[in-house]
Amino acid sequence: MVNILELIDVSMVYGQVRALSNVSMSVGQGEWLAIMGPSGSGKTTMMNIIGCMGKPTSGSVLLDGEELSKLSSAELTAIRRDKIGLIFQQFHLISYLTALENVMVAQYYHSMTDEGEALKALERVGLADRAKHLPSQLSGGEQQRACIARALINYPRLILADEPTGNLDEANERVVLDILRGLHEGGATIIVVTHDPEVAYEADRTVYLEHGRIADVVKKAPEASVVRAEEFSLSHDC
Amino acid sequence: MFFRMLTGALLRQRGRMAMIALTMALGASICTAMLNVMFDVGDKVNQELKSYGANLTVVPRGASFLGDLYGDAGPADESAGQDKYLAEDELPKLKTIFWAFNIVDFAPYLQTDALVKGSGNAIDAPVLGTWFDKRFDSPTGESVQTGMVRLKSWWDVDGAWAQDGGPEGEASCMVGANLASKLGVRPGDRVSVTAKGGARLVIAGVFHSGGSEDDCLFAPLWFAQEISGRQGLVSRVEVSALTTPENELARRAARDPNSLSRHEWDTWYCTAYISSIAYQIEEVISNARAKPVLQVAESEGAILQKTQLLMILLTALSLSCASLAISNLVTASVMERSAEIGLIKAVGATSFEVSALIITETMITALLGGALGYFAGLGFAQLIGHTVFGSAIEIRPLVIPLVTLLTVTVALAGSLPAIRLLLSLRPAEVLHGR
Repeated sequence: MVNILELIDVSMVYGQVRALSNVSMSVGQGEWLAIMGPSGSGKTTMMNIIGCMGKPTSGSVLLDGEELSKLSSAELTAIRRDKIGLIFQQFHLISYLTALENVMVAQYYHSMTDEGEALKALERVGLADRAKHLPSQLSGGEQQRACIARALINYPRLILADEPTGNLDEANERVVLDILRGLHEGGATIIVVTHDPEVAYEADRTVYLEHGRIADVVKKAPEASVVRAEEFSLSHDC
Repeated sequence: MFFRMLTGALLRQRGRMAMIALTMALGASICTAMLNVMFDVGDKVNQELKSYGANLTVVPRGASFLGDLYGDAGPADESAGQDKYLAEDELPKLKTIFWAFNIVDFAPYLQTDALVKGSGNAIDAPVLGTWFDKRFDSPTGESVQTGMVRLKSWWDVDGAWAQDGGPEGEASCMVGANLASKLGVRPGDRVSVTAKGGARLVIAGVFHSGGSEDDCLFAPLWFAQEISGRQGLVSRVEVSALTTPENELARRAARDPNSLSRHEWDTWYCTAYISSIAYQIEEVISNARAKPVLQVAESEGAILQKTQLLMILLTALSLSCASLAISNLVTASVMERSAEIGLIKAVGATSFEVSALIITETMITALLGGALGYFAGLGFAQLIGHTVFGSAIEIRPLVIPLVTLLTVTVALAGSLPAIRLLLSLRPAEVLHGR
């Protein structure tokens, strides 16, 4: 499997706090990776670095073979725009734009808007009938689906999801996971930062972080997966 | 998409945007009022100052020479020849110079000493022939009304102003308060005036000027010409003209117009400096020397400059306040919308694109407020005009681009702190709290 992302000896220090400490890992093309860990373990820091929203204090980050840690802020913005689709726990939809327009925002800053294309993205997440609704008129699950459609609209090389089900009830969590599973089956590379073993269970591989270091890496195996998920749930639930 | 985001943001933040528009409206209204008043204040202050007398004296060259020698620009004496006088029939030409419309009023004088006899006493007193309220058609066809009634409007007159009249009826005159007291006369009484010739005059009014004129008798010009035997002549002309404050160019020109380059000369000639108006008067009146009454001209300039400076300072102050208020409002708006701005940056917007969005929002709001303020300012200007000057302020189209430019500048300056904040805003911090 060709690696789309590589982290080599990556560290991140905030003042006296070492958020990440010499982390090295890689993510293959089409792989679904889950990053788990307790609060303060460095999950969000890692997501920010992978998502080009921050640069490590030391170490190298290679996305599609391109070294990110040496790029300027503007160059990182361009990478983020062209190669990464971001899904947030809080959805972060623009409140005065409809679901369709929220998807088109990502198109606008990427290249040019195409309403038909944006509508198709909403169709893929089952939200075409709610396209003209404002975020305040959508349920949490629907807002997260709009957020996923926005992340998908520019055909990113990497989908980066931060607690995508963190604010959803069980029914909506299933819907979102089904969508992510469908994307994965379609060949998308997905990295999910999560607390939820159910979400991690869906991933091909789970990296467990603790105190800024990789504490464990678990590959999905049909028999072991459930057990690992339960173990994660019992031993590391926060 | 940009316009959808823009419209959405403007509508969503109606309250805050209304505050920005209102702030800008206040600044623009003061700016509009001050600029309109400032551009008009020259004429208004000039008009006000015109009521305190003439700022130019036109005398014959010979008399001027003697005046320069002896420090007396007064009338030529009776024994002098014709070259010590100006021709009355040339005076309408004053309204044909380049700055004809700036000649507000003028009055000719012919002075002669005469024996004035009232009810009892007979006194030798200066008798000045003049135009009280003369109406004539200028060579350009314009109907002109001018004379002492306007030129000496501050005189305290007991009775009425005399009429110019003609030789066919009984002539009227104005008698200075001191002379009237010595003669023991009052308005309605008659005096006999004798020089080379003599005649009786009815006193229309007794005036108090506070100056040496209080010892004089003012009669119609034709009367003074008749009794002195100087038909068609005047010894000096007082001119009240609207002028532009003197500057270095005007001072150089006043010393020697020939020292100016062609371009400077054109600029000077086509500007209503007192020296260029004097020069133009000398061009049309034969044998004349036009001399600025410097203390009046310079006072006018100083008052005008100080008034305009005050207006500029008020404008600058109001716009600075508006800029500060807008700065606070836009910064608060950016802080409130940090998640939205972070998201836009996260999906790939550059700092320039986000700044453009915020600046456009602010600019549209500020321009709307500026337009509102402009019309309110026109109202304020008229209020100032009627309250301070007792007349309307002329609306200058030039103020529109100036207010627009100042509105844009204030909005931009007010947006700068917010833009700095926006540039330093990192998506990771606002979206993930880190």
